[in-house]
Formats: sequence, structure tokens, C-alpha cells
Amino acid sequence: METIRQLEREMMRLDIPSFAAGDTVKVNVKIKEGEKERIQAFQGVVISKRGIGTGATFTVRKVSYGIGVERIFPLHSPVIDKIEIITRGRVRRSKIYYLRKLRGKAARIRERRLT
Amino acid sequence: MCRGLIGKKLGMTALFTSEGEYVPVTVVQVGPCVVTQIKAMSSDGYNAIQLGFGERKKSRINKPMQGHLKKSGAGCFEFLREVPVDDPGEYKLGQTVDLDLFAIGERIDVTGTTKGRGFAGVIKRHGFHGGKKTHGSRSHRIPGSIGCSAWPAKVIRGKKMPGQYGNSRKTVRNLEIVDIRPEQNLMLIKGAVPGSGHGLVEIKKPKFAK
Repeated sequence: METIRQLEREMMRLDIPSFAAGDTVKVNVKIKEGEKERIQAFQGVVISKRGIGTGATFTVRKVSYGIGVERIFPLHSPVIDKIEIITRGRVRRSKIYYLRKLRGKAARIRERRLT
Repeated sequence: MCRGLIGKKLGMTALFTSEGEYVPVTVVQVGPCVVTQIKAMSSDGYNAIQLGFGERKKSRINKPMQGHLKKSGAGCFEFLREVPVDDPGEYKLGQTVDLDLFAIGERIDVTGTTKGRGFAGVIKRHGFHGGKKTHGSRSHRIPGSIGCSAWPAKVIRGKKMPGQYGNSRKTVRNLEIVDIRPEQNLMLIKGAVPGSGHGLVEIKKPKFAK
């Protein structure tokens, strides 16, 4: 068991910043197009973060041209180049799925003040 | 060349490849195995070597076995298994055989003893669909009809019925080796292998290469 934990620890990325549901993040994803590799950004609100170990994932939601788009990223995936935290949001639960039903002004998230 | 090795299944996890693919792997501790007996065509009618793996206290092994293991002079082993070899002359008693035999990306066959499920019904054992759960049905997990009546007037041989399931020797063929770590004697195999954690597995060169 200890050997397996060790293997998983090796796989995990230590450069991922700590963030939680409610935060707005910009995920830079590496995309391969034939030979070339480029980076595409996906910016939105983290609505869920789940799992432990190498299998952990997080969901980012953004509204693009009036249509809600959600993307699930594996937290430790090598495909992720960088995660930038834009704002820290103050929310009262760890899964903010209620955001899906809200539009415009109602979908705002209050910013968390770090004191 | 030796055609296989013995090892211990440690458990499963999943790893990322550099392309970002998430691959399920079984971690197996393979070897180091010690040659305890050499069987040659001239003396035994076939070519093989007997390998010892795992530690065991001397007091836990009976006297005839102690005498047998004394010949290799490498201590006592938990498991002894025979593997075929092409040329038994290459091996000496007490020689260590380790993971160098296999390479990353190679295909292997893995044999182990599956987890025992005891006396299991047809749904678990053979994947039958079972009956309706509601709407007045009283046939939930029963096998249903097992044949016709006056003719053939018997149940056809091999009919799938409840019985002992698991705790049997099974081989999974053509599994891919994802990674090998010789310093820890670890082999990472893509997908599942038979048996529970800490169970003995035999890793062999593929019988039917893909």
C-alpha cells in the first residue's frame, strides 16, 4: 500500500495552487495540433472540486455567448500548463451547482477579502 | 531464456502519460526470484527452472522442503514455481533472476488466483439478467427454465447454474507493461490482473503474441 501511495505522490503536481469552489481561475491547457503545441486558456468559475490523489478533478464553468460551458479538468494532468487564480470568491458551499440556474446579475459571486 | 517470473500483486492505481491520458495500472512486485532447481531434457524430459520468491522463516518449512532448498543455498521461500526455459544450461542453482527479462511496452500473460465469491447465483456468476423486481414478479434472481420437458428429458451438460465462483486459476493474456522500476522491483501493468492484493501472480511471455 505504501508503495502505491509513493507512486501516486510522484504523479501528483506540486505546482498547482490551492483554490476552491467560487474562485475564478484561468486554466492554460496545452493543445497538440499535429506537430505543434499551443496553449489555450479557459477562464471561468470553479463550481466543484472533487477526489483525492491522482484522480482529483475540478469543474470550471463559463458563459460563452450566452451559453453556459463547463469543462472538467483532472487536477494533476500534465495537459494543464498553468492555473492562474483571477479572483477568490466567497461562497457557502463546496459545490456551487446552483450557479447553473442563475443568469446575469444573480450569478455574481461576492469576492472574498483576505484579512 | 527464462519465459516468466513470479511476483506479488500490490494493488491498483492510475497514472498520467505525457500526452495526458489517464491509464489504470496494477502494481506488481516482481522478483527477485532465485533458481532453486534446474530441470533438463536429459534428466526430466523437459526444460524448466524452479524459482523461489518471497521470504519465509525456516521453522515454517518442513524438513523435506528444507533439504530441497538447501541445494540452492539461498534461504527459504514462500512460493516455488516452475517456468519453462529455452536452455537450462544458462542457469545455475542460487542464481537470481530479475526484471531485466521484460521491457517497457512488451506484452505479457498474467496468471493468478481470482478472488473467491463462494457459492454464487447465476447473476453474479454468469451475468444473467434476472427477473423483474416489481409488477408482481416473484422471480428476482432465479435462473428460470433450465431446459425442455419430455425431450431431451434431461438437463443439457454445461448448463450455466449457480455454484462456486472465483478462487480459481485464471490467466489474462496480452497485457501491456506500462513501466518497470528495477530498483524497487516493481512492474506496472495496464489494466487488471487476477487476484486480491498480496496475491501471487505469475508473469509470463505471451503465448499468443499480438
